Amino acid sequence: MIRYSRRKFLHDSAIIAGLSTIGCPSIVRAQSDKLKIGHLTPLTGFLGAIGGYAQLGVKLAAEEINAAGGVMGRQIDLISEDSVNPATASTKAQRMFEQDGAAVLLGEISSASSLTIMQVAERNKKVFFSTGARSDALRGKSCNRYSFHCDIPNTVMVNAVGTALLAKGMVKGKKFVTLTADYIFGHDLLKAAKLFFDANGANLIGDEMIATDVTDFSPYLLKIRQAKPDVVCCNLAGNQVTNLVKQYAEFGFPYPLVGFNLNTGDAWAAGEGNLSGIWPTVWYHTLANAGSKAFVAAFEKKYNKPPENHAWIEYVSLKMLAQAINETKSTDTEKLIGYFEKQTEFDILKDRKAYFRAWDHQLVQEAYPFTVKAKGDMKDKWDMLVLGDAVPAAGAPLESIYPTKAQNPCEMKV
Amino acid sequence: MQFSFLLEQVVNGLVLGGYYLLIALGLSLIFSVGGIVNLAHGAFYALGAYASVELTQYLGFGPAVVLSPVAVALLGILFERFILRRFYTADPILSLLVTFGLALVTEQAIRIVWGAAPLSAAIPPAFRGSIFVGDFLFSRYRLLILGVVAAVLLGVWLLLHKTSFGRVVRAGIQRPDMVAALGIRLQPYMTAIVMLGVGMAALGGAFFAPISIVHPAMGAEIITVAFVVVVIGGLGSFWGVVIAALLVGVVRGITIHFAPAAGEASIYVLMFLVLMVRPRGLLGERIEKFE
Repeated sequence: MIRYSRRKFLHDSAIIAGLSTIGCPSIVRAQSDKLKIGHLTPLTGFLGAIGGYAQLGVKLAAEEINAAGGVMGRQIDLISEDSVNPATASTKAQRMFEQDGAAVLLGEISSASSLTIMQVAERNKKVFFSTGARSDALRGKSCNRYSFHCDIPNTVMVNAVGTALLAKGMVKGKKFVTLTADYIFGHDLLKAAKLFFDANGANLIGDEMIATDVTDFSPYLLKIRQAKPDVVCCNLAGNQVTNLVKQYAEFGFPYPLVGFNLNTGDAWAAGEGNLSGIWPTVWYHTLANAGSKAFVAAFEKKYNKPPENHAWIEYVSLKMLAQAINETKSTDTEKLIGYFEKQTEFDILKDRKAYFRAWDHQLVQEAYPFTVKAKGDMKDKWDMLVLGDAVPAAGAPLESIYPTKAQNPCEMKV
Repeated sequence: MQFSFLLEQVVNGLVLGGYYLLIALGLSLIFSVGGIVNLAHGAFYALGAYASVELTQYLGFGPAVVLSPVAVALLGILFERFILRRFYTADPILSLLVTFGLALVTEQAIRIVWGAAPLSAAIPPAFRGSIFVGDFLFSRYRLLILGVVAAVLLGVWLLLHKTSFGRVVRAGIQRPDMVAALGIRLQPYMTAIVMLGVGMAALGGAFFAPISIVHPAMGAEIITVAFVVVVIGGLGSFWGVVIAALLVGVVRGITIHFAPAAGEASIYVLMFLVLMVRPRGLLGERIEKFE
């Protein structure tokens, strides 16, 4: 038998009693008080590099919201995880709604994963902000009324770069070769690109589908040289873009390389002197408006590097969600959808305000074509891009660069 | 015209195969001598790339690609002495688990130290662009890699076949019990083999950093290809691995030429076919301890 002295017994039980009064009740209260928000983004795989930025952005937004008093007086408890692949993304989304009790979900970069999360949101009748997925199909034939799309769709990226290419006379009568990411996003982007080529008299002479895990592009580069195009067009995603840009610079081909998709993280990873050509972007940290500058300063203070466009989009997306919950004083799905479908305008740190288009839930906003800075003009290694004028041009309605109802029909079941 | 295009893919595939060889040869040596499938091999490849990008900023490209494999090889001593050594005679599943675990730990460590965002690296200006050799187009930089691979290959071959060190290692692969009976301790040799193996992997990483993305998971990406090469080539065979690496590069290039969608799958189909005909791999020898 273990001897347990009375003195020790009293001593120990006092400690336990003391702990239970100070510790446990506060933990219980904190749990019931916090508003859970789920966040999924790829942290591994070919989109993992830019997903890392996405997570930094959403965390900063949650901290700022909590520091300012939270939403409806409650602190946000952000659950942020690696979405890994479409199947895992869907499992985790279901778990976040069902077991963790998340009120809303946001995140994702992969269009394939976003599609599966959209279905989970619809099943659970909860709001999902698809922040970084760009496939037109998500807003079109796969759309549903619980999902909102924050990033610009493929058609807008094609229009943004296309406008700049047309102005330089690089389209009409020119021979194009495209390299396309072989999954829903790439297929979708190629479709938009083909429409643009056909409408503007370009000639598509070669078109390669590239698996998402390809790291060595040399066999494809040889095929490009054999095809002798006027312009090479990159419709790739994530790490693919970085690898292609590096190896394109390695071989030093004379054909200009342009692309209809690029995230600044991929450009930074490609390194100085490797990138050239004309590309689209949704946001860049050198944008000269006050809101954008304040965000960049806060991000740099916390992480010692500037935010990438996915950091920005997660940041503004969580802020929009918080604003909606605060103004409707509710996390009720129907009330939130109603708030967004009113086409409420949001400040997303750009010159013009943005709003969710009621019929397809697309966040209608400015986009920018960019070219690459000469090495000598760069202030630091992040200062790589020269933003062109925002599209659409100042006078034109924002919606003019987005697909129309006829081009990308969306029917939402109520 | 079509034929010369195809030939160009073959030549390019040989160059790429040479690069796979840097990673696969070490994997094969460690397996042949120690009986351990080193799933952490890719982690050393990644460390080599990260170290070289880091060192390039201070010392320039040349010293960095020399120093980073040396540094990783020194790390290999610790790896062999404190981890691998305990598993030579253990159940193979344990060494698989421990090296797999180490690969995950290294990947996360890289993420903690350098962050999830990729590092950027550029080719030194002297090796940019491509040149024509006859009708064939080569990237200057890949020709440099080819030269380095050839030199390393020659060095390793001479080491294994023309020195007393190599004789002990080759004997150790076939009959470790007989080597022990002759009063030779294999352990220091194993340390040297691990150093050589992970050093070569790091050299591959250092040279590939300027032309592919440098990110924490890069090791996991290369280990699969390296493993396929080792399996196709056969255990214990120097030339088997060499031929397999070149074959993998060429088969991938030709497949991409005709059926791009099958490009990445082609090397697994190749592995399947080779194993159907030759279960020990192309030049695999009969090794008693693995039968």
